[in-house]
Amino acid sequence: MLWVDKYRPKTLDQIMVHEEVAQNLKKLVSEQDCPHLLFYGPPGSGKKTLIMALLRQMFGTGAEKVKVENRTWKVDAGSRSIDIELTTLSSANHIELSPGDAGFQDRYIVQEIIKEMAKNRPIDTKGKKGFKVLVLNEVDKLSKEAQHSLRRTMEKYSAYCRLILCCNSSSRVTEAIRSRCLNVRINAPSEEQIVKVLEFIGKKEGLQIPAGFAARIAEKSNRNLRRAILTFETCRVQQYPFTSKQTIPPMDWEEYISEIASDIMKEQSPKRLFQVRGKLYELLINCIPPEIILKRLLYELLRKLDAELKHDVCHWAAYYEHRMRLGQKAIFHLEAFVAKFMSIYKAFLIATFG
Amino acid sequence: MAPVLQSSQPWVEKYRPKQVKDVAHQDEVVRVLTNTLETGSCPHMLFYGPPGTGKTTTALAIAHQLFGPELYKSRVLELNASDDRGINVVRTKIKDFAAVAVGSGQRHSGYPCPPYKIIVLDEADSMTEDAQNALRRTMETYSKVTRFFFICNYISRIIEPLASRCAKFRFKPLSEEIMSSRILYICKEEGLHLDSEATATLSSISQGDLRRAITYLQSAARLFGSSISSKDLISVSGVIPAEVVQALLAACKSGNFDLANKEVNNFIAEGYPASQMLSQLLEAIVEADDISDEQKARISKKLGEADKFLVDGADEYLQLLDVASCTMRALCNMPEEFSYES
Ligand SMILES: Nc1ncnc2c1ncn2[C@@H]1O[C@H](COP(=O)(O)OP(=O)(O)OP(=O)(O)O)[C@@H](O)[C@H]1O
Ligand SMILES: Nc1ncnc2c1ncn2[C@@H]1O[C@H](COP(=O)(O)OP(=O)(O)OP(=O)(O)O)[C@@H](O)[C@H]1O
Ligand SMILES: [Mg+2]
Ligand SMILES: [Mg+2]
Repeated sequence: MLWVDKYRPKTLDQIMVHEEVAQNLKKLVSEQDCPHLLFYGPPGSGKKTLIMALLRQMFGTGAEKVKVENRTWKVDAGSRSIDIELTTLSSANHIELSPGDAGFQDRYIVQEIIKEMAKNRPIDTKGKKGFKVLVLNEVDKLSKEAQHSLRRTMEKYSAYCRLILCCNSSSRVTEAIRSRCLNVRINAPSEEQIVKVLEFIGKKEGLQIPAGFAARIAEKSNRNLRRAILTFETCRVQQYPFTSKQTIPPMDWEEYISEIASDIMKEQSPKRLFQVRGKLYELLINCIPPEIILKRLLYELLRKLDAELKHDVCHWAAYYEHRMRLGQKAIFHLEAFVAKFMSIYKAFLIATFG
Repeated sequence: MAPVLQSSQPWVEKYRPKQVKDVAHQDEVVRVLTNTLETGSCPHMLFYGPPGTGKTTTALAIAHQLFGPELYKSRVLELNASDDRGINVVRTKIKDFAAVAVGSGQRHSGYPCPPYKIIVLDEADSMTEDAQNALRRTMETYSKVTRFFFICNYISRIIEPLASRCAKFRFKPLSEEIMSSRILYICKEEGLHLDSEATATLSSISQGDLRRAITYLQSAARLFGSSISSKDLISVSGVIPAEVVQALLAACKSGNFDLANKEVNNFIAEGYPASQMLSQLLEAIVEADDISDEQKARISKKLGEADKFLVDGADEYLQLLDVASCTMRALCNMPEEFSYES
């Protein structure tokens, strides 16, 4: 098992980073009338970990006995019926899914699943009906239609079905949904907190960690705990005993983007643009999300540029990312950004050096 | 066997008014509907306005008061955005429901029971235009025996021919006084203590959305016990602390791009919503005395643009960085145009 899974805290009391949030959540579910929850925060900050620990708090260890299912929903979309496939994780008391994976059909999934859950409520020995929890991941990827269709459902079935929503970008969740939940912000752990977790894992694994080593990993992790733990494990595989000079391996794709940035800075020409296109394709084929590519490229370029150009470049990055969101083919917009950058940079070089 | 949790409703549902007269702040519609209760006559209705102002509450309350629990199921059809409301559904489901006769209007176990059925189309703004068009005919065909209640946040998304057939009511954001009195009522019922500062804070951070106020109140009550301070409420509300907004503004004033970039990075890592920052930044800038009108205009223009882009799903970091860069250029009197356009 990977360390990220092996050392994921299981209960709210074991949570090391967001202790306060964890204690608060414990109080929140002490009575059965807890509102719907929306967890939001950057990647790898510990949202999922908290949600799982919360479920355990509510339902005991039964919440950990999950089965993974590939389910097919038959939905009646007006004139024809369509099949939608989706993976769900479920226990006796909860169901978890990522409806965004269903693409345009996500609306039908959220409609169906909640109604279905309301029908199959757990019943205790005295015949009293309880409620189930529905965990929806990546709600920021839900279409507007799917979000709209959640609104009334969240109210109507609130006695039978409590929702826990989870996302990175809460700006993408409609006001109406946010108004129906208690919003729980999960910030990225600080570097010190990350060091603490790494040292904890090191101790459990019986490792000797040289001074400053964990801090260097934390610094490179961009405050992403998952990434820090993964890097830590990679270091362990690459070389142990650790040495204080041991290099912290960067992500391959990050190195690759750093190369692209150098390519662009060195030459601004149609020929170079063509070469860069090939490299961008390579990244996309390897499933690096296009907005991550664009942001990383911007990061690399900003490091190399004069102050006066930084404004222009960050503006165009924002501009093309937005267009990418509205468009369909990411490569067009990535390439457009590179071309724009080349033209600005060349004009700058000519104006400055003639 | 796993323990079964008893279900009970969150406070927003618990304190949903059951009677039209208990709906706060929406006097006009309450007046019209009170009249309906007496005379039984009712036009088609269109309720619109921001979230948490009582639209759904009002529609459900009048339906219950007109027909009572026994007849409710056979007389009221509630369709919301979670139901399929494609053209076919409009054509069949509504027709089937509307077509069954209701008999003459006779009071039934104390309820007025007027001789028509009510069809509530909640969240009607998410219906397609085609489906709305299909409704026009249905409305006319069955106008004698049905009343439609359309509910939406944005009236502009309802096609004109439908809107013009209805009596329109705008649900206003709740005023701070009304909010406060409703909050105090719930506090009394739940045995909570809020001082006047906390009450004022809760009214103002909820921005006229009573549902939000109630959710904050319940959360704070669970987290901090029965005595709740203004600070407790702010911490559950997700409002960005003023220092954070000021820090970004100060970085912009410094004219140092890297500093602003660092602030934006931090802000995103802290997990605050960028859209919220835009509104709080706007407030801070509009109120500032040391910023000229022209600078304010430049920045506001950008804020509006970024807000739209965020709604389109654009990346929060990139948009906020662009806003910070634009704010910096405005505050440091750098030209609005970029120098190396080609
Ligand atoms: N409080 C914690 N204490 C110790 N380790 C933690 C804690 N929270 C998270 N972790 C570790 O960090 C990893 C990432 O956390 P998690 O999967 O909860 O992040 P996430 O916020 O859901 O991220 P994403 O948005 O990318 O899905 C976990 O696998 C776990 O090992
Ligand atoms: N005018 C009001 N008077 C009393 N309570 C209200 C009022 N408005 C809202 N509430 C409270 O807020 C909750 C939500 O209100 P309601 O469902 O009517 O909002 P809505 O206007 O339909 O919002 P949305 O547009 O998000 O559907 C209710 O359960 C009730 O507790
Ligand atoms: Mg996760
Ligand atoms: Mg409503």
